[in-house]
Amino acid sequence: MFSFISDLLADWAIPAMLLLIPLLGYLRRVRVYEAFVEGAGEGFHTSIKIMPFLVAMMVAISVFRASGALDQCVDALRPLLGWLGVPPELVPLAVMRPLSGTGALGLTTELLHTEGPDSLVGRIASTMLGSTDTTFYILTVYFGAIGIRKPRYSLFVGLTGDVVGFLGSVYICHKLFGG
Amino acid sequence: MINLIWVLLLAGGIVVAGLNGRIDRITPSAIAAAEMAVNLSFKLMGVMCLWLGIMKIAEAAGIIRLFARLLGPVIRLVFPSVPRQHPAIGAIVMTVSANLLGLGNAVTPLGIKAMQELQTLNRERETASEAMCTLLALCTTGFTLIPATVIALRAAAGSVAPAEIVGATWLVSFMATATVLTLDRICRRLFGARSRR
Repeated sequence: MFSFISDLLADWAIPAMLLLIPLLGYLRRVRVYEAFVEGAGEGFHTSIKIMPFLVAMMVAISVFRASGALDQCVDALRPLLGWLGVPPELVPLAVMRPLSGTGALGLTTELLHTEGPDSLVGRIASTMLGSTDTTFYILTVYFGAIGIRKPRYSLFVGLTGDVVGFLGSVYICHKLFGG
Repeated sequence: MINLIWVLLLAGGIVVAGLNGRIDRITPSAIAAAEMAVNLSFKLMGVMCLWLGIMKIAEAAGIIRLFARLLGPVIRLVFPSVPRQHPAIGAIVMTVSANLLGLGNAVTPLGIKAMQELQTLNRERETASEAMCTLLALCTTGFTLIPATVIALRAAAGSVAPAEIVGATWLVSFMATATVLTLDRICRRLFGARSRR
């Protein structure tokens, strides 16, 4: 039942917006075509503007991964996270999550297939992926688009959110699905 | 801070690669990542144009103003530094709604739009304002009612109940969002004086 509703919502949300907004605009005598083109033009310039920021961040993260430094961070964190009750299979995902969206998606897919989607590890990984976001990407893109060079405390706050999301997923899944 | 992190990732990576005997991997991975970043921006460009175009219509039709009026009081609680009638309120409402609905691709353009509106209120163009930090905090936890990607992944992996993690996701998202908003408040108090100048 729930998955039926969620499928329905996922399928309909965007078409409904694409239907209703231009239609309502037209009925309210907005020059919809011209307005769309004007907005789209802004989108074009913004995407060009964020490109250098994305290159800088993605190159640094990719070098860090390819060198094996990320794996060493994972190994260094393993005892601490193990002590907190985190299954060892999930440690790479925890480190990857804030850095790379596609990386985290890949790791989760792999975990779901090796451990099974209905195992505790599979459920924790799913919960974690669903309740956190790629902090570094969001910071790079959002602040890059408006030329912010000093993010102040926001990275610290974002990363704390990821830690809470990760440990929270472990804790809540243990409680809900048993361990 | 961002400078230090960037240098740490890059320099740390290269030194570790040297120690691990993987120095040959650095050049190809750096070049591939640079290409990927450009591809990603181009991929983003299409959706950016689409959503910002639609939002322009919504703006002209008064739909965003309506949303802003409905949800404005809640938003103003979280973003006290944004004036009542400012267009940033509407843009923030749209970003948060897109996040809640799990409209993946639509969130980034709307979030950027909201940041641009907040930038018009910012006094130091290169320093993030308090409101920007709050919006970023909200977006990095990304509270989603329907985590569609995860459900699809689970279904593809043969789960008997792909959507059973939704309840857990809400609880965890709620915890994370509450934490970042509290922490954001604390940081605003501690470091706030600078942006008020």
